[in-house]
Amino acid sequence: MPKTEFSPSIDSRPTYSGLVSQGAAPAIMVADEAGAQALTDLAASDASVMDHAHVVLVGCGAAALGDVKPVALHEAPDFDAATPLVTQLLNTARMGTQIYLAGSEGLIGHVSALAFAAGMPVDEIQMEHRGSIARRMQCVHCKGITEDVTTDPFTCAHCGLTLFVRDHFSRRLGVFQGVCVDAETPGVVPETVEIQA
Amino acid sequence: MKKLTLKVTAVEHLSPLVKRFRFEDPTGASLPVFSGGAHLTVEMPEGDTIRRNSYSLISDPYDGSGYEIAVRREDKGRGGSLYMHTKVSEGDDITVSLPSNLFQLDLRAKKHVLIGGGIGITPFLSQLRQLDMEQKPYELHYAARSREEAAGIKLLPQAAHIHVHISEEGSRMDLGAILDGQPLGTHVYTCGPDGLITAVADQTARLGWPKAAVHSEAFTAPPPGEPFDVVVKSSGKTVHVKADQSLLEALEAAKVDIDYSCRGGGCGRCQTKVTACDGRILHNDHWLSEDERAAQKDIMPCMSRFKGTRLELDL
Repeated sequence: MPKTEFSPSIDSRPTYSGLVSQGAAPAIMVADEAGAQALTDLAASDASVMDHAHVVLVGCGAAALGDVKPVALHEAPDFDAATPLVTQLLNTARMGTQIYLAGSEGLIGHVSALAFAAGMPVDEIQMEHRGSIARRMQCVHCKGITEDVTTDPFTCAHCGLTLFVRDHFSRRLGVFQGVCVDAETPGVVPETVEIQA
Repeated sequence: MKKLTLKVTAVEHLSPLVKRFRFEDPTGASLPVFSGGAHLTVEMPEGDTIRRNSYSLISDPYDGSGYEIAVRREDKGRGGSLYMHTKVSEGDDITVSLPSNLFQLDLRAKKHVLIGGGIGITPFLSQLRQLDMEQKPYELHYAARSREEAAGIKLLPQAAHIHVHISEEGSRMDLGAILDGQPLGTHVYTCGPDGLITAVADQTARLGWPKAAVHSEAFTAPPPGEPFDVVVKSSGKTVHVKADQSLLEALEAAKVDIDYSCRGGGCGRCQTKVTACDGRILHNDHWLSEDERAAQKDIMPCMSRFKGTRLELDL
């Protein structure tokens, strides 16, 4: 699957310009199953990029990487399991470490927020979107985060409000913002549609 | 621009070339506090010109009881620092701007590395007090040629994370060793000679540091130079710039309305369009890009000079 092209939106909406090798520098790479293909494409463009790379695969096995051999490979079944692993890698990383993220908006948002908290400027993080366009949404009312949102509006998994999917994105939290769609006209809710790229 | 008239309450030699000055409110009132890295513009009236130089504040940013600066005597300068060294003494009145900051700390950093060369130590003296107050991890590296010239030593606390490199004693600063292996989230700040700032920029680029994590300040007093003439477009008036005057000072003396802030080529406030230029602009600022310099369509009057037959400014 090629990288996703998103339609233009407000400045807040993250854009993912695709992975470009920064050479044989120390690197932390995080990908899900669809994103793993972006890592193999990256390695094909420049094999040396894997010389000092720690790869964390979320929700898939090493087979997703084919015969690409990074210096270390970690597997985690989901975000919750991956978070301490990625945090540990970030906390022991040195200046000059490159960060490559590939996969869903949820994965990129979640891990870029961890990297940002570790002091990495967001615009220095390499990002490529592959696979699902499901979003990680924060309810601006109860602050709960709903994963894998594919429709607009959607129901907050925490407080049950019906939320409008905004392109407004929090870089600190790595989530899009969901706002109550019927606050002024309770019960009057627009038709539910699939989120578009 | 709001100004403060203060009393000089202390003058002290920190080294043969550097003096510390303390200014306080004449009524003892508290002065506005500032942030680490901020500077003041000091007015130095002499004859029919008022010279204004900017100096980094070296006192505690949270202490409103007074402002302190350190001034290095430049015998080959326009005379601003000489004025401070020879004409200003305890009890004098002195007019200064409010503090402003072009070299603030990025408080999102996990760690701060401060690198000062020579008199470039001054902005860090206030920054390290802010860092201590906020309990942020930092290390400071101070490089000077000799211990006698290292005026900052007297003002630096003795601590394991404060490193003094005296090249005459063989302990030259090794930027590679300082910068390599810093933890992710480190920001570096450099103040000092251009060569030092360039060396840090080169070293961090080689190590793959994000540009946003590399900060520097090089603002210095405007250099003297050969006298030249400048034409003010709106009035057609020709203004003569003397050897020991900056273009900005000459325009001010001729009552030409022009905005300024740092007077050190760092803030961009006095950027002026050039409407005719037959000759070469001697760009001494740190504001214009290489392309803008080459185009000769803009000039920073606070720092830059001119050599040629005709310079006309859109003023």
